[in-house]
Amino acid sequence: MPRETLDTKLSQIKDEIYLLGSMVEQSVLDSVDTLRTRDMKEAKRVYDEDNIINEKRYALENAIIILLATQQPFARDLRLLSAMLLVVNELERMADYAKGIAKINFKIGDSNIAIPVRDFQKMAEQGVSMLHRGLSAFIEQNPNQAAAIPQEDTIVDDLYNKIYRATIEQAIANPEIIDQANNILWIAHNLERFADRVTNICERTIFITTGELMEMGSSDDENGIEFE
Amino acid sequence: MVITSLEEKKPNKSKIIARNFDLFYGDFQALKDINVTMPQNSITAIIGPSGCGKSTFLRSINRMNELIPSVKTSGEILMDGEDIYTQDVVELRKTVGMVFQRPNPFPKSIFDNVAYGPRAHGLKNKNILEELVEKSLTDAALWDEVKDDLHKSGLALSGGQQQRLCIARALAVEPQVILMDEPASALDPIATLKIEELIQNLKKEYTIVIVTHNMQQAARASDYTMVFNMYPDRSGYIVEYGETSQIFTNPREKTTEDYISGRFG
Repeated sequence: MPRETLDTKLSQIKDEIYLLGSMVEQSVLDSVDTLRTRDMKEAKRVYDEDNIINEKRYALENAIIILLATQQPFARDLRLLSAMLLVVNELERMADYAKGIAKINFKIGDSNIAIPVRDFQKMAEQGVSMLHRGLSAFIEQNPNQAAAIPQEDTIVDDLYNKIYRATIEQAIANPEIIDQANNILWIAHNLERFADRVTNICERTIFITTGELMEMGSSDDENGIEFE
Repeated sequence: MVITSLEEKKPNKSKIIARNFDLFYGDFQALKDINVTMPQNSITAIIGPSGCGKSTFLRSINRMNELIPSVKTSGEILMDGEDIYTQDVVELRKTVGMVFQRPNPFPKSIFDNVAYGPRAHGLKNKNILEELVEKSLTDAALWDEVKDDLHKSGLALSGGQQQRLCIARALAVEPQVILMDEPASALDPIATLKIEELIQNLKKEYTIVIVTHNMQQAARASDYTMVFNMYPDRSGYIVEYGETSQIFTNPREKTTEDYISGRFG
């Protein structure tokens, strides 16, 4: 095969995207775990280590741009590389949600608001599971696997709605906790958005394999929880 | 929801249509069952591996292949609906100009190079000839560079300028179609980009068909791309034909994909 240089570099970039993905997974799981332990030192670590993820994202972006310029890919190679640019951006933004959760943990401080830790853990685990499989489907360019994942977003959305209702009820019953209730809603929002972004990655897998740009899943609109 | 394009394109009317076109050099079939429609005022690039019949097909559009005695053709190539193989060949070549790989100005002045075609077709009026030379050189994006040196030899120009002179010479007989056989392959990158920009401007008035080995050039400079390949018996055929934007981002055929991704063979 005459494109050894391109193929070798593509394979290195794929490995690095896997690595970035696992860093993001770990950071969201850790951030939610600090809600359970209320370990502020650990929360600070999660917050600070977002920088490492940001740097890796820029390094990947740079490598992709260099490959576009020097190898001038067409067709599937071009779709793959342009999709990779978007996916590393998605991963970096997903890590920002983990950083955000760590920050909210500081803000909650020693307030005695009840944190629905178990539901947050379920949301995070579901989101991470979706990301893990979504990223594998992306790297392996498996459209069937990618197409099945966005449907699972409803599991995360249901948990979000459950937390949302319970938190609003608490705030109505006890208006003094409204600021803290807002913090709880922000955590839920971050975890909900985390899972949404997996859908964007799956859309890119479809794009690479079929050339079609399409929007998958519309659960956000139906549930009316998307205000961005 | 599927999103495809920022702009809606209306295809222009058909200018050149090949129908079941075959070409033989003696017993050897060089082109097999070529079927394609090229719209007016568009640039069509022909790409494909060496020896697959790209230039042979290009030369079929102005019947230059007839200069080779053993050539036989079947099927038809229509221009504006008329079969070019039943037309007067001199008239046809007036309508269909050609530019070659290496710039080949005549060893004459710049003016005489451009005036050569119109004079050969009988134009003698000096004023009309001067106007025609100026218009042709302007359209070929060369006028400003040579307007004070029209008496100088065409061979004194740079390679890129010589190629634009040859384009001006082709334009001077007021053709409708311009065929280009790797028009920039002997030029440096800046001269190449100038030719590509020039081609973009020319399509407002002309229909352009260009053979190129340079995939990036086909992607940059054309509206439609025709991908040629050859069968095991070495006869050429069209693998895929479509809008350039589609061919280079999402080709339908695996052969196209392999060829443009450089993974051919």
